[in-house]
Amino acid sequence: MKYDIVLCGVGGQGGISVSVLIAMAAQAEGLEVKQSEVHGMAQRGGEVLAHLRISDSPIASPLIPEGGASLLLAFEPLEALRYLPWLAPGAAIVSAMAPVRNIPDYPDIDLVLRELRSLPGALVLDADSLAREAGNARAANMVLVGAAAHRLPFPFERLEEAIKASFGRKGEAVVAANLKALEAGRRSHA
Amino acid sequence: MPFETLMGDEAIALGAVHAGLSAAFAYPGTPSTEIMESCQDLVARGSASIVAQWCANEKTAYESALGASWAGRRTMVSMKHVGLNVAMDPFVNSALLRIKGGLVVVVADDPGMHSSQDEQDSRCLADFARVPCLEPSDQQEAYDKTREAFELSEELRVPVMIRITTRLAHSRARVATVEPKAQNPVAKAEDRWGWTLMPHAARGLWKQALARYEALQARWEGLSGVEAGDCDTGVITTGLALQYWRENLPELAARPWHLHIDRYPMPKAAIAYLASKVRRLIVIEEGAPFVEGALRGILPTGLLIEGKLGGQVPPTGELTPDNIRPALGLAPRAQQACKDLPLPKRPPQLCQGCPHADSYAFLKEGLADYPVHSVNSDIGCYTLGAMAPFEAIETCVDMGASIGMARGASEAGLKPAVAVIGDSTFYHSGLSNLIDAVSHNSDLTVLILDNSTTGMTGAQPTILPSERLAGIVKACGVDPAHVHILEAHKRSHEANVAILKAELAFKGPSVIIAERGCLEAIKKERKA
Repeated sequence: MKYDIVLCGVGGQGGISVSVLIAMAAQAEGLEVKQSEVHGMAQRGGEVLAHLRISDSPIASPLIPEGGASLLLAFEPLEALRYLPWLAPGAAIVSAMAPVRNIPDYPDIDLVLRELRSLPGALVLDADSLAREAGNARAANMVLVGAAAHRLPFPFERLEEAIKASFGRKGEAVVAANLKALEAGRRSHA
Repeated sequence: MPFETLMGDEAIALGAVHAGLSAAFAYPGTPSTEIMESCQDLVARGSASIVAQWCANEKTAYESALGASWAGRRTMVSMKHVGLNVAMDPFVNSALLRIKGGLVVVVADDPGMHSSQDEQDSRCLADFARVPCLEPSDQQEAYDKTREAFELSEELRVPVMIRITTRLAHSRARVATVEPKAQNPVAKAEDRWGWTLMPHAARGLWKQALARYEALQARWEGLSGVEAGDCDTGVITTGLALQYWRENLPELAARPWHLHIDRYPMPKAAIAYLASKVRRLIVIEEGAPFVEGALRGILPTGLLIEGKLGGQVPPTGELTPDNIRPALGLAPRAQQACKDLPLPKRPPQLCQGCPHADSYAFLKEGLADYPVHSVNSDIGCYTLGAMAPFEAIETCVDMGASIGMARGASEAGLKPAVAVIGDSTFYHSGLSNLIDAVSHNSDLTVLILDNSTTGMTGAQPTILPSERLAGIVKACGVDPAHVHILEAHKRSHEANVAILKAELAFKGPSVIIAERGCLEAIKKERKA
């Protein structure tokens, strides 16, 4: 079993933390992981890409080969389109719909979303609204993870445990808000 | 055996601590920054009892490490590849010393220039200095080879380099760890002539260094295994190329012979043996064609050698599991793409509300009266001011170059000359240039963007707090009447423009310090 995930977004959206969280959940299930992330200059409002590889056998490359990923988890819709070359045929796409317009030539958002929705296996979510409804506007990332959860190669509970372990230090309220957002994401696609 | 999930940088830090590290020194630089951050984190968590200090620059960090080694203790100095240029003087000379406590220099190269101004390969510099170099290919090896490097350093009494690249530094995997070793006691190197590089002593030490390098090559032959193949092609990999090679191996019709090189000086006999078994040899290495160049030499060998110099592997940028496929005779993998919509690039940019943006606003207005002027800048977040919408700076070369270049331009007749430099970069290498400016009464205005942090690398504290900066500038000899502290904020814009204009008109060195804290640093502080 091999499950490769491309996570993408814009610097500052927290893509790396999400990658770490999913990796933690996979490891709790006894799976191997290899994660690759971008630090430094690229993090300053630019395109941010993280690779997360999950397998039940040793993993060689820290980078996912093109055409190899099973899931694209996008925190921004234009960025989702940028990383299509990494997707395997029949791969799933879970993307937020809110654009980050920090460039002058950002395309018409309707065209971006239409392109994205036309792709087989694409789920485009209003993650911001779902996160607000769940009581934490800043947990849009967790909504997306929840929406992708049924595709991940381990049980949903592993994600909940990972949230408890990694947010525990910040207090019960933060843990609860993230669990709610995760659950909201899970319910959104049903 | 206990396991931890670690980035390459973290694995090196933990490996060093478990090897009995006593003192770590560094200057932040992507992709090496997390080595020191991890050391400091281990101290904060009570998992290490070591000195772990940021230094003014890589040279001072290296020299501190030398002192710790001289005192008999294990020490590590870490930096990015271009940082090694700054530390080159102590680095090259230290190869001649009779190292006492293990000294490991970790250099993180950045092929592809994710966050750097060049993609130089530190293996070339290790070889130049005759310093042994170990090159891990995954996180476990990063941990293991760091520990091995300390043993080797003390056994052979030589500094040992660990060379990594960006993807290893910043990727995570599980690492099996061992029981930590105890630290060395303080015990000074007693051989004065092993540490005093006066010519009569250095001549002998250099001979010893050359002999040691030769001996090491012979000794390492036994560690280099050639894997047999079933065709007449051979592959040599180094560093992360090993992983990309493994990733593609299942798709190859016939299995090539294979040698992975993980240490330098490289194993000559193993390479010769591999060459005797094949007609074609493909060299895949991250960085410069260091191994390939040595194999090609000048004289014909009768062997077909392929790699970066031959054009089969991309000569620039970073290796990937995909871009080495042509060299292996594999077609590109099938992939989809966004067909109907052009996708604009999203380059990095200054954060919303960044104080540098306000500084650039007053700089541009202040300079508007001078159609001819120069604005030389430096390395940091503010380098992003080269791009739209600011387009406020004209050069970025190396740490501290802004002041030297502005001074040189001014002395050559290009005025007014402005140098834009961050506070951390100023402490790193700007100070000595400012002293030149004072010494020659050069006509330039230095704009220090003081955000009290090293921003681009993730907000590490600067070596001295903001309150000390103006005092240091004045102590360099800049006339206090021409040293100003401004607030880098929109609300002070008019006043800032007026001060800048006055200093541009002044014939002599002046320094304007534009202060306001980095928003990322403030966020980080709140989180902690």
